[in-house]
Amino acid sequence: MHILICGGTGCRASKSELIQTNLEDALKAKGLEDEVQVVTTGCFGFCEKGPIVKILPDNTFYIEVKPEDATEIVEEHIVKGRQVMRLLYTDPDKKETVSDAKNMGFYKKQIRIALRNCGFINPENIEEYISRDGYGALGKCFEMTPQDVIDIIKKSGLRGRGGGGFPTGLKWEFASKNEADQKYVVCNADEGDPGAFMDRSILEGDPHSVLEAMAICGYTMGADKGVIYIRAEYPLAIERLKVAIGQAREYGLLGKDILGSGFNFDVEMRYGAGAFVCGEETALIHSMEGLRGEPTVKPPFPAESGYNGKPTNVNNVETFANVPVIINKGADWFSAIGTDKSKGTKVFALAGKINNVGLIEVPMGTTLREVIYEIGGGIKDGKKFKAVQTGGPSGGCLTERHLDTPIDFDNLLAVGSMMGSGGMIVMDEDDCMVSMAKFYLDFTVEESCGKCTPCRVGNKRLYELLDKITEGKGTREDIDLLRNLSAVIKDTSLCGLGQTSPNPVLSTIENFYDEYMAHVDDHKCVAGQCKALMQYVVDPELCVGCTLCARNCPVDCITGERKEAHVIDVEKCIKCGACMDKCKFNAISIQ
Amino acid sequence: MAKVKSLADLKRMKEDLQSKMDLREKSNAPDSILQVKVGMATCGIASGAKEVMNFFIEESAKRGIAAVVTQTGCMGYCYAEPTIEVKMPGKDPIVFGDVDVKKADEIIEKYVKHGELVDGIIPVNYNTID
Ligand SMILES: Cc1cc2nc3c(=O)[nH]c(=O)nc-3n(C[C@H](O)[C@H](O)[C@H](O)COP(=O)(O)O)c2cc1C
Ligand code: SF4
Ligand code: SF4
Ligand code: SF4
Ligand code: FES
Repeated sequence: MHILICGGTGCRASKSELIQTNLEDALKAKGLEDEVQVVTTGCFGFCEKGPIVKILPDNTFYIEVKPEDATEIVEEHIVKGRQVMRLLYTDPDKKETVSDAKNMGFYKKQIRIALRNCGFINPENIEEYISRDGYGALGKCFEMTPQDVIDIIKKSGLRGRGGGGFPTGLKWEFASKNEADQKYVVCNADEGDPGAFMDRSILEGDPHSVLEAMAICGYTMGADKGVIYIRAEYPLAIERLKVAIGQAREYGLLGKDILGSGFNFDVEMRYGAGAFVCGEETALIHSMEGLRGEPTVKPPFPAESGYNGKPTNVNNVETFANVPVIINKGADWFSAIGTDKSKGTKVFALAGKINNVGLIEVPMGTTLREVIYEIGGGIKDGKKFKAVQTGGPSGGCLTERHLDTPIDFDNLLAVGSMMGSGGMIVMDEDDCMVSMAKFYLDFTVEESCGKCTPCRVGNKRLYELLDKITEGKGTREDIDLLRNLSAVIKDTSLCGLGQTSPNPVLSTIENFYDEYMAHVDDHKCVAGQCKALMQYVVDPELCVGCTLCARNCPVDCITGERKEAHVIDVEKCIKCGACMDKCKFNAISIQ
Repeated sequence: MAKVKSLADLKRMKEDLQSKMDLREKSNAPDSILQVKVGMATCGIASGAKEVMNFFIEESAKRGIAAVVTQTGCMGYCYAEPTIEVKMPGKDPIVFGDVDVKKADEIIEKYVKHGELVDGIIPVNYNTID
């Protein structure tokens, strides 16, 4: 039997390492340590319900396991063969426990290509990767010409998963055509979108797939050096990569004359300080060179003049993770999955007001409705769905009427959002759309590198306008101004950050115009999120005059005689909510 | 660790390693292989179920039979322990009683390899234990 324990960042934070130690101890106590293998794996994706422990071969999926559950798992399940029912997942609709993950709504619609090994192998053991065809794709490539390999990737239809969706095979071809004494393969592991953790999970759960793909890319373009640019805030991913690079070198799968092919390739790491703009490829290259992380004009593209002025191919982590599978299974296999122009799958970090928060991988063309209701298990606490945000700070907000849109690069663009790197945040009736746009603008203002004026100053002005509206001081003219300014910023900014930063504003104005108008005309926030627009009022019918609220108001703005209805002075009220909490007669409400 | 020097080397290595990962791979498609469940409750263990289980694990690997061997709770045939349930792909499960190492050997050679029935089957109209 094998016991798999999630060693992803999420589950580690809830003590999955201790669970492992306890399980091993409990097995020893029963003399079973040789019969049962305990394996740390990467993220299972179901982080919301972590730590995850999976027992094989019966595929039992335990959730929210605590270190003290270890003995029971061993004594009941391993020794007696009885599942520990209380640790099984309960289907929220049917109220039944589900023991095999395959039958959970969360996993049913998923196809795992980039995440194929996450939650299945021990990422710190190269042999487990090799046993699953690891490095076999690289070996296979050596039996083909570089152009043959490029043709397979081109034919597969793989597009960049870092946000832009540029065809990967074509990019490799450009880099291969540029002659130079030195070329580089760069893996972009900066992952700066707030809330995104797809790339981190791949690197933590299956680092070798990225190394193998980088070597394959190196072979096609004639590069013998690979660099992974990763943010320093990802210590576990960095650690796993270090172990993986060390093991690959030891086995001769990185280094000189790999598999007797005569091809040399090695990989090193560079650490980023976590600036969002450093995920942009030209800024990333400058940061690697020790310069300021500022974008520069393209052309020249990195394929022509990149790192150290040499031809460089930059790809995203998830893009790379798809490559070995495509080589092993063939371009046709891959292109059979997905939509007309977007092939394969996409990994999303599902977050927000949704039941199953986590990491998912679905075929392109899956609808938002399937993702939110079937995989995500619907909206939390039975609230009403309001919007879903894709593409992070570069993307937009989609509504009810977009729910049946099949997700792919082009469809999302057509409805005013974008794929981005795969963040997906679900919002319910309690979320204010103006505040949402403000949140993203706050982020871009913070992260703009300041090189060009429209982005540096323009985004700041957008933020101020949004702030004014949430304060209830906005006018209709402000909404027009937001629109016009957005258009200018998009047109005149140098890099992708500025060119997309107004998207959250434009898409919320487009899809939630009424909500903007309510803020401006009626000074009302329907979601009840904008503090400045809320008023605490006492209902004189319900108030019995107990004085409790008045005694608890920190600014003494409630007046009233004992046994008579009290009144709140809205001018002085700081909206702390203390009075509403205290009132035993539900006489105080927000309007 | 010796370096992997060629694609042939890598393939050989993969094959060697695969048996270690077999169990994990196969739990993805459990119906396609031989499944053996060994009753390992107190009564089973007391009458030697652990040896039988080890025997199955080791011998099926040695004899090149793809099998998932697991333990299960008491099957309710305490009078005939150790009991094991053998499920061949595409066939109904069969429960054998009083299995010792010798009987296990016979089960592998006759039933698993050639489909011949051997003595000791507990005739039941029961549902598989899950
Ligand atoms: C502001 C900004 C931030 C970006 N951040 C990332 C990032 O974190 N990770 C990433 O892979 N690509 C990011 N990109 C996209 C990269 O510039 C580049 O297109 C990508 O790494 C190319 O790889 P791909 O073709 O495999 O997607 C960002 C782009 C912009 C404009
Ligand atoms: S658009 Fe913004 S982030 Fe990009 S270069 Fe200009 S100022 Fe810097
Ligand atoms: S606590 Fe409630 S009932 Fe008592 S005085 Fe205040 S509003 Fe009236
Ligand atoms: S919300 Fe706070 S400040 Fe306002 S009336 Fe109630 S207790 Fe006083
Ligand atoms: S970190 Fe454990 S399931 Fe994601």
